[in-house]
Amino acid sequence: MSTEAHGARRNRTLKWIDDRMPIVSMTEHALYYPVPRNLNYMWNFGSLAGLALIIMIVTGIVLSMHYTPHTDYAFDSVERIMRDVNYGWLIRYVHMNGGSMFFIVVYLHIFRGLYYGSFKAPRELLWWLGVIILFLMMATAFMGYVLPWGQMSFWAAKVITSMVGAVPLIGESLTELLWGGFTVDNPTLNRFYSLHYLLPFVILGVVVLHIWALHTVKANNPLGIDMKGPQDSIDFHPYYTTKDLFGTGVFLLVFAAFVFYAPNYLGHPDNYIQADPLKTPPHIVPEWYFLPFYTILRSFTDDWWLFQVLLGWWGMEAKLAGVLAMGGAVAVLFVLPWLDTSRVRSAKFRPVYRAFFWLFVIDCLVLGWIGAQPAEQPWTAIGQWATIWYFAHFLVILPLVSRIERPRPLPHSISQPVLGGGAAAAAAPMEASR
Amino acid sequence: MADSASTDAAGSHEHGAGAHEDGAGRRDFLILAGGAFGAFAAGASAWPLLDSLNPARDTLAASTTEVDLSPIEEGQAITVKWRGSPVFIRRRTQKEIAEAKAVDPDDLPDPQTDEQRFGSGAREQWLVVVGVCTHLGCIPLGQKGTDNKGEYGGWFCPCHGSHYDISGRIRKGPAPRNLPVPPYAITAENKLIIGVEQPKGGHGGNAA
Amino acid sequence: MIRSPMRSLHRMLAPAAIAAVLAGGAVPAAAPALAAGDAVAPKAVAWTFNGVFGRYDYPQLRRGLQVYNEVCAACHGLRLVAYRDLAAIGLSEAQIRAIAGDKEVDGEPDEEGEPTTRPAEPKDRFVDPFPNVQAAIASNNGAAPPDLSLMVKARGGAADYVYSLLTGYVSEAACKKQFKDSQGNPLAPGEGQYCNTYMPGHIVAMAPPLTEDGQVEYEEAGAPPASVDQMSKDVTAFLAWAAEPYMVERKRMGIKVMLFLLLFTGFMYAIYRQVKKDVKGHA
Repeated sequence: MSTEAHGARRNRTLKWIDDRMPIVSMTEHALYYPVPRNLNYMWNFGSLAGLALIIMIVTGIVLSMHYTPHTDYAFDSVERIMRDVNYGWLIRYVHMNGGSMFFIVVYLHIFRGLYYGSFKAPRELLWWLGVIILFLMMATAFMGYVLPWGQMSFWAAKVITSMVGAVPLIGESLTELLWGGFTVDNPTLNRFYSLHYLLPFVILGVVVLHIWALHTVKANNPLGIDMKGPQDSIDFHPYYTTKDLFGTGVFLLVFAAFVFYAPNYLGHPDNYIQADPLKTPPHIVPEWYFLPFYTILRSFTDDWWLFQVLLGWWGMEAKLAGVLAMGGAVAVLFVLPWLDTSRVRSAKFRPVYRAFFWLFVIDCLVLGWIGAQPAEQPWTAIGQWATIWYFAHFLVILPLVSRIERPRPLPHSISQPVLGGGAAAAAAPMEASR
Repeated sequence: MADSASTDAAGSHEHGAGAHEDGAGRRDFLILAGGAFGAFAAGASAWPLLDSLNPARDTLAASTTEVDLSPIEEGQAITVKWRGSPVFIRRRTQKEIAEAKAVDPDDLPDPQTDEQRFGSGAREQWLVVVGVCTHLGCIPLGQKGTDNKGEYGGWFCPCHGSHYDISGRIRKGPAPRNLPVPPYAITAENKLIIGVEQPKGGHGGNAA
Repeated sequence: MIRSPMRSLHRMLAPAAIAAVLAGGAVPAAAPALAAGDAVAPKAVAWTFNGVFGRYDYPQLRRGLQVYNEVCAACHGLRLVAYRDLAAIGLSEAQIRAIAGDKEVDGEPDEEGEPTTRPAEPKDRFVDPFPNVQAAIASNNGAAPPDLSLMVKARGGAADYVYSLLTGYVSEAACKKQFKDSQGNPLAPGEGQYCNTYMPGHIVAMAPPLTEDGQVEYEEAGAPPASVDQMSKDVTAFLAWAAEPYMVERKRMGIKVMLFLLLFTGFMYAIYRQVKKDVKGHA
C-alpha cells in the first residue's frame, strides 16, 4: 500500500536478501496487507488464539523439561514442579489455565465466524483449516489433561479411549492398540505425552496455512460484503496491530486473574488425587470446554426414543451412536458452507438467521451446563432435546432459513455503510465468489 | 496507509495540518512508551522460564552428603557421591602428608599448597576432593590399591593421561587445574559434611 | 466394563453406584444414599489466606503443624511436603532436624549389601506413617487414611470443607434423625463408622480426631486456648499451606502483574485511539 512500507526496495541489504528469499516482502505483505476498515472487536480473537498457542508451546516446552511421563512419578513430578522448581507453580498454572483461555478465545472466534458468515465462499478452505485446528486442539487438550495423572486424568482417559471400542468388529483390538495394554496404563501415558508434545507443532503448521488462506481471500467483516477498493480497506499495521495489542492486554488481564487468583477454578478438585485404577470418582466430568460434546455423547442411551427410531431398530449400539454424534458435532462444521446457502454473509442483514444463531448459542450453553450434571433426570432429557436442537440447527434450520429468509438490503460498500437509495443500489452479495 | 487515509478523509479534512502534527508527536511518544512496556513484559516473562531451569529447591537441598569418618583407616580411601559426582576421601599417612607439603607450589601448573587445600592440624590428614578430572570430566583412577596412581602417587586419569599428586594437584598432562576441594565440615563426632551451604529460603513467604 | 464402557459409564454415574464407589473410598461397608441435593455446604471461615491480599498466619501454621504431628500424623501422611519446607513457616534448622530426626528413612545398603535405615534429614519429605498402602488398610478398619499433602485442594469447598469435616461429627441419635439412607430409612453408622454432617453420604470411617479442649498443648507463647474449634482451624490452615506453600508468592506477584497489565492495556488503548484518529480522520 504505502510507499514508506517498501523497505525491501530502498535498503540494499534488504533487497539483496529479498532477491534470494522474499522474507522481507513477505513480512511487509503481512504487515501492510489490506484489511476491511470496519472490523469490530470480535475480530480480535484470531490473533489472541495465536498468542495463546505460543504461550502454550513455550510453557509446555519448559514443563516437559521437569515432567516425568511414568505412572509412578507423573503425579509427584507435577507437584515437584509446583513446589520445588523455580517459578514452577507459575509456569504450570499458566499452562493449565492457558488451555482454557485458548478454548475461550477459539470458541468466540468460531461463533464470530458463524454470526458473520465467515465460512461462506470464498472462505471455505479457510474455515476448514480452522475446523481442523479445533479437532487437533481437542486431541491435544485431552491428552495433556491425562499427563498430571490425577483421578480425573485417568478416568477421562479411560472413558474417552473406551469410545474407540464402539467401532464394530475391531473395536476391542483398536482400544488395545490405543492403550498399548489392557487398560489405560504406563504405555498409554507415554504415547499421550509424546503426542501432546507433537500435536501443537502440527497445529502451528495448520495455523500457518490458515493465515495463508486468510491473506489470499482477505478478512470478512461485520457487513459481510467484499472490499471494493482502497477506500474500503486499511493497512493491517498500525491500525490493527495496535488494536490487537490492546485486545492482548485485556486478554492477559483475564488470563492473569485466573492464574494468580483462581488457578484451580476451572479445574476439578479430584485431579489433585493421584490416579487410582481401582476407584472411579463419583462424578466424572470433563474440562468445561468439552462439556457440550460430553452431553451429546451421553444423550445416546438405549432407551432414548430418537435413538430407537433412527438407529436402534436397525441394530446400531447406542454407544457407537453417541461416539459418532460427538464426532459429528464438530464434523458438521465442515459441511456448513453447503448447509447455509444464503448468499448474504452477515447476520446483520438476516434477522431470522440472527434469531436462530442466538438460540444456537443458548443451546450450546445448555449442552455445556448439562454436561456438568449427573446423568439423571431431568438433566438427561434436557440434554437430549438440546442435542436434537444442535443437529437440527445445522441440518434442518439453516438449509430452510437460508432458502426462505428474505435478507435486508445490503449497503453499497464498506466505506458507505448507510444505505443511499433503494434496494437497487445495494451491493450484490458475495461478488468475490464468482 | 497515506493514500487510503487521504482518499477517505477527502471530504472531512477539517482537522488541519497543525492538529495532525500534534497527533503525530503524541503518537510517537505513545509508541515509544508502548514499546518500552512490551520490552519489559517480554523480559519479565522470560525470566521465570529461564530461572525454572536452575537447580530446583529439592536439588539444592540434596546438595549435602554426610559421611562417618571413624571406620576409615590410615591410608584408606573411600568414594562417596555428592551432587551426583564422586568425592574422593582419603585418610592420608604422615608420609603422604609430608610428601604433599614438600612440593614447591611455584613448580605447579596450578599453584596451591597442601595447607591451602586441606588446612593443618587434625584436619590435614583428611583429603577431600571432587573426583572429576578438570580436563574433560572423566573419573581418575587411584582410589583402589590396584589402580594406576600415576607418576606422582595420587590419581591418574585414563582418558587423556593427567597425573595428580597425593594432594590432588595436577602435575602432568592436559588437565588445567587441581582436583577441586568441595566445601566441607568435620564435626566433633568425626562426621564429614560435604557441601555445607544450606538450601535457600523456603516458598517465598516471610516467616513471622 | 471394557466391553461396554458406555453402558457402564451410565451405571457408574447412577446414584446407587456413586454410593458404592464412595463405599470403596472412604467408607468400608454400607452404601448410604447420596442424592444430588444431599451435600451440606461447608461452614464459611474467614481464613487469613482468603482473598486477593490473603496471607498465611505463620504462628497459626506452626500450631497447626503441632496438631498434625501429634494427632493426624499417626494415620495420615504428608508425603509431598519436605521437612526443609517448614523453614518457610518459621521453624529453625534445629527444630526441623528434631522433627525429621524422629523418623527413619531407607539408607544406602551397607557393605554386606544389607538394607539400612537412617534418621530423616531436612531434605527428605514427610515420612508416611505406614510402610505401604496394605499396612495402612489393615490398621485402619479397611480404608487407607488419605495423604493430606493436597487434601485442601482435592476437595470441593477446600479449607472450609476440611474444617467443617473436623468439626462436623454428630451423634448416632442425631444422625438417625437428620439423615436418610438410600432406602429412605434413618441413617445409622455401622461398626467402626461415624456420622458426619459434611462428609458426602454422611458416613465416615475416621473417628473424631479432635475431641477435647487442650488435646494439644500449644507450646508457643501467645497461642490462643487450644479449643477443639481452634485446633481444627489451625490444622486446616496448616494443611492449606501444605497444599499450596507458594500461595503468598502467587498472590503477591499477581498484584504486580495485574497492575502492570492494567497500565499496558491502558497505554495500548491510548495508542490505538491515536492511530485510529490519524488513520481514519475521526476519533
